[in-house]
Amino acid sequence: MPTKPGASSNGWHGQSEPRGVPVGVFMPCDSCGATLFRKQVERNLNVCPECSHHFTVTAHERILQLLDTDTFEEWFADLRPGDPLGFNDRRPYPDRVKAEQERTGLTEAAVVGQGFIKGLRLVFGVTDSGFIMGSMGSVVGEKLTRAIEEATKQQLPIIIVSGSGGGARMHEGIYSLMQMAKVSSALARHHAAGGLYVSVLTNPTMGGVAASFASLGDIILAEPKALVGFAGPKVIAQTVRVRLPEGFQTSEFLLEHGFVDKIVLRKDLRSMLAQLIDYVTP
Amino acid sequence: MSSPKQDRLPFEKPIYEMEEQLAEMEAQYAHRKDVADPQASEQIRILRRQLAELKRLIYTNIEPWDRVKVSRHRNRPQSRDYINLIFDDFVEIHGDRAIGDDRAIVTGFARLEDQKVLFVGHQKGRTLSERTTCNFGCAHPEGYRKALAKMKLAAKFGLPIVSFIDTPGAYPGIAAEERGQAAIIAENLMAMSMLNTPIVCVVIGEGGSGGALGIGIGDRVGMMEHAYYSVISPEGCATILWKTAEKAPLAASALRMIAPDLLRMGIIDGIVEEPLGGAHRDHRQAANSLKSFLVKSFRDIAAQPRESLLELRYQKFRKIGVFEEGVVAAPVIAEDVPTPVVLG
Repeated sequence: MPTKPGASSNGWHGQSEPRGVPVGVFMPCDSCGATLFRKQVERNLNVCPECSHHFTVTAHERILQLLDTDTFEEWFADLRPGDPLGFNDRRPYPDRVKAEQERTGLTEAAVVGQGFIKGLRLVFGVTDSGFIMGSMGSVVGEKLTRAIEEATKQQLPIIIVSGSGGGARMHEGIYSLMQMAKVSSALARHHAAGGLYVSVLTNPTMGGVAASFASLGDIILAEPKALVGFAGPKVIAQTVRVRLPEGFQTSEFLLEHGFVDKIVLRKDLRSMLAQLIDYVTP
Repeated sequence: MSSPKQDRLPFEKPIYEMEEQLAEMEAQYAHRKDVADPQASEQIRILRRQLAELKRLIYTNIEPWDRVKVSRHRNRPQSRDYINLIFDDFVEIHGDRAIGDDRAIVTGFARLEDQKVLFVGHQKGRTLSERTTCNFGCAHPEGYRKALAKMKLAAKFGLPIVSFIDTPGAYPGIAAEERGQAAIIAENLMAMSMLNTPIVCVVIGEGGSGGALGIGIGDRVGMMEHAYYSVISPEGCATILWKTAEKAPLAASALRMIAPDLLRMGIIDGIVEEPLGGAHRDHRQAANSLKSFLVKSFRDIAAQPRESLLELRYQKFRKIGVFEEGVVAAPVIAEDVPTPVVLG
């Protein structure tokens, strides 16, 4: 197995504590309000056993859930964000990054590398919606672009699981906007070379992430009831000044309007990915 | 160009005052034209020179937020103005062959000097009814699809593409989401990177986020001197980060969205100089500078090896990004901030 620059030497060492779930024995479900045993929710892939609400999961958990055990090798883990604008809103951007890094155990919002699903080698990328809202700055754009280029070069399928409420990252200004162009251009080449790309939309996938790599899959899957769209619902409500329809900008809404191939429950995602990849590989 | 009071930008107040003073003097002098008055004509000449100096002073020290206001000025030349002033024999073509014809984006064939080109550009409209028809330059998915369809047509027949960007952003609405705003913009980014024909893009006014980038992938990207290009509108950024749109001037500075910053950052290839006091004061002069930029850009692209067009376009966007890489540096003294690796 080739080792990429920036590969961690002893496999995956991301943080292991689930973050999306409040610490404590019990937790409430955001959707049905039921009081749940935290352990039970975790065992259930962070899905509510009562109403099947899909809680957000970290990049680390996603890797554990989808890839064959201990097969993930992280690439380009040493890329870290700069501060090209000297951005300071209510706190300097580097401080914000540092706090997010300490809180999440990640260096950035994207984790990329290679792994196996049911014995099939592939390139895998995931954005963690917990790291500055999963937004795409230079590092996320660069990591994904390198991962796509590597997939093209090695003629491997690539799967990217996106979770981003933030879209393009404001704190890096125009550099973030341009990552949309960069990643999309890399995908154009991957497609032109006959490479497979499966995009998995999870809650939430918005703005510049939705308007670039997340929407460019040969196959686009979505977890149930994920919020997916271009403009934020608040902005739309302010612009059009009418009540937004029930279920607006959900996975189901996108399926109905023809922009998602299939909605897949988290428990079925791994086998569905394997099955779909098998269908399109000789 | 005299403009109605509601179009006057606050920071330009001294300019308008002096212009009025000058007009008054000129009117007085015109009354007594039969009598030669060297003193009055000298005074007028001095005042004209002072006015030019004042414009220069105000416009060279212009704040980013004031530039944003200039970029949104109602009298600022728009795509259709430039079509008339720069190109010959414009033939507009409409529709995305699926949903409709989005008036927020204009497409058509045109001649740039001797060269046949395809024109694509946002159109905001000037009067209220035009603005409503054009949705203030905020395109729906069908607008982006129309742009791509016509650009593919151009690539098929080897026509170079001119793209003028002037939008506050892609339209945020229910129908736009239903028809896949995000997916269609993404498709444009991907497809434009592979269109095998020269593309020159210029931000002529507002370069608002994904809606701007949706027709913004090219071999040369330029900006008018007082245009802006940003990941998010200053108002949007201020609302999210400072919890109030009133901090928009602060956001406009923090986001580094003005042409000189973007040139320095390697995002754009050139700045198109505007007439003194902004393009809204002299459309023809603005159009002349813009035309020169287009002609020069296509000439530069033609000088490259034709077969490397797409590779060079790929690298142009590929290299954009600022990050650190490699072994984490030892802790540094507070003042000694490490310089990030700047690629591009």
